[in-house]
Amino acid sequence: MSIVFKPDETFRGDYSYRNSDEAILRFPFPFPDDQYMYSVNMEPHQPKGASAVYEHGFDVDEHYIAECRDKAITLERDPGRCQVLPHMQMAEWDTLELLMDSLSADYPEHFSLSKTGTDFGAHWTWINRPLGIEQSFVFGDAATLPCGPFEYITRQAQGDFAICDQREDNLFLDAGMVTSQADWSLDFNVGMSFMQWHGPVPLAHQAGVFERALKYLLMIRQGQPVRRLNWTMTVNPRLDTAPETFPEWGPDRASLTPENIGRKLHLRVELQTLWRLPRSNALLFPIRCYLASLDELVRVPKWGKRLSRVLATLPPPLAEYKGLSRFLPTAVAYLAAFDDGSAISKGTEAETAELAAAI
Amino acid sequence: MISSGLKLKVVAVNDIAPSLRQLSLASVDGSALPPNGAGSHVLFNLPGQGRVHRNAYSLINPPGSRSQYDIIVRRVPTSRGGSAAVHERLQLGDVIEAQLPANLFPPQRRARQHLMIAGGIGITPFLSYLQDAGVKASGYALHLCCRESEREVFAPWLPAGDPQVFFHWDAEGHRLDIPALLARQPAGTHLYVCGPAELNQAVLDAAQAQGWPASQVHSELFGAASSGGAPFEAVLKKSGQSVRVGEDESLLEAIERLGVAAPCLCRGGACGVCVTPLLEGEAEHRDHYLSASDKAQGRLIMPCVSRARGARLVLDL
Repeated sequence: MSIVFKPDETFRGDYSYRNSDEAILRFPFPFPDDQYMYSVNMEPHQPKGASAVYEHGFDVDEHYIAECRDKAITLERDPGRCQVLPHMQMAEWDTLELLMDSLSADYPEHFSLSKTGTDFGAHWTWINRPLGIEQSFVFGDAATLPCGPFEYITRQAQGDFAICDQREDNLFLDAGMVTSQADWSLDFNVGMSFMQWHGPVPLAHQAGVFERALKYLLMIRQGQPVRRLNWTMTVNPRLDTAPETFPEWGPDRASLTPENIGRKLHLRVELQTLWRLPRSNALLFPIRCYLASLDELVRVPKWGKRLSRVLATLPPPLAEYKGLSRFLPTAVAYLAAFDDGSAISKGTEAETAELAAAI
Repeated sequence: MISSGLKLKVVAVNDIAPSLRQLSLASVDGSALPPNGAGSHVLFNLPGQGRVHRNAYSLINPPGSRSQYDIIVRRVPTSRGGSAAVHERLQLGDVIEAQLPANLFPPQRRARQHLMIAGGIGITPFLSYLQDAGVKASGYALHLCCRESEREVFAPWLPAGDPQVFFHWDAEGHRLDIPALLARQPAGTHLYVCGPAELNQAVLDAAQAQGWPASQVHSELFGAASSGGAPFEAVLKKSGQSVRVGEDESLLEAIERLGVAAPCLCRGGACGVCVTPLLEGEAEHRDHYLSASDKAQGRLIMPCVSRARGARLVLDL
């Protein structure tokens, strides 16, 4: 379990982010079938699964240091990316405890946690070696941390985090740390209910997907987290694709050519997990973002074929909603070269331990 | 963290009243327990005479407790055996299995004030509420309706001399006037009631009559959808096997126990992956996936959560 960090990667500017061979092989490829449609694709978040990213509750990979730096840059430029409504304080501490307990147990060479006790008022010491942090604080006393507990710990974890308050048989997005989102605004959505923030998604409402999903989420129990995958595509390995910064990344959608699309167009997969928090009874909703370029993905032959077929048959409303319309024909034409039309098995597993040669 | 069950050891037993026994339970291996929340309960497997009783009890600990769980169990005269097991058979050192805490009765975090009405042993969820930092910060009042002689029983768990704790009993000048209490609450108050059915209904009726929003009225309900129920026989026509589905397992779990591969995904009745044709027998549908007409036609079933209404089901598996 030795991670080789790449601390100097960038997710903006020169976009130096690349995946190692190991990172490509563990990528959470999201398509089990040759055609894609929305479904209630939730399953228990257990260590066994089709990808190594499921092995731990909260996955840390080679991009950890660089991603935390990019998150800090985004927050510096726009503090509104982290918001916590006043009644969510107990949920903040639940989240800090869950992340610190999990990371220190799953990656002991990188994170350590010592406690004089487990209740509010106890003295804890947290060590984060990759980021060079050592912090002693009083569990339950925000004045002993450099910032609020939710902001403090989510700055040190990859991906976005939302906390939903559960009340009135509904979920409300009442806290969030959102710096690697696929084009939605925390500032706009904070405080909304489940149906409200899912309003813009096409087709899924008619299929009853959200009603069933909400009932399922309300019943999630402590100790039994669940997960699902969501996906879209991004030009350049850019984490900050928020509405607020659209002028910085939106125009890149017109920059793709048959010559550069293999390098620049990335599949963006979100591993969404859901955790019942103990004291607050709130629901923690981490959204962990994985990026891989077309050229990286086609080095797994099955994935190249599958991706080609999924994109070629994607329903236009979905392509529109996911922001793919402008470059989708170019992507489909590019990927056709990697699809010989042969039958491939259902499921998302790579089915190879060796990658084909780099493009 | 990720876990499906707890192994607990009884570390303290205190008879605090003729029909009330307080228990403390810790983890068998000394590890930290999952933290509890105010209003949460734990479902215990209590050893009975030739069977296991699964009973849920509210945790009266301060929220976040990890060293032990404390409960108070009332001896129910008409008990099917669970409370009798606790009062007559459970001893110090006994090991019992339990599920992780679940919470169907949490304090509402945006309440301007929390008004709690308890009847007798129904006070137990509120004992943890009173130790919740958020509840204390918002302001609260607790009204306990009990026998006059029982006022002191819960004192060890109530803040000493708390002016916001009121006792009521059935005597002139001491009864709780529910409508008057509700009528003088400020807007934004959330109302919680936990007690015998009569008390719960009186409070809910009074709240409705006064126009309290339903979203601000909460009553304790144990026994949400679970996979348990009466045992039945499941026949798998294609594989030619049959299995007795026990009262503590789901139909899906029984099928898996047989070694038959049944597709499934969410295991919670929502995703639709496990939908199975039902050839004979009537289903008790507990899922969120099938349409009302599918359920009425009775030719499909979701084995992860649904069961049989009768003694036998035949599935096309």
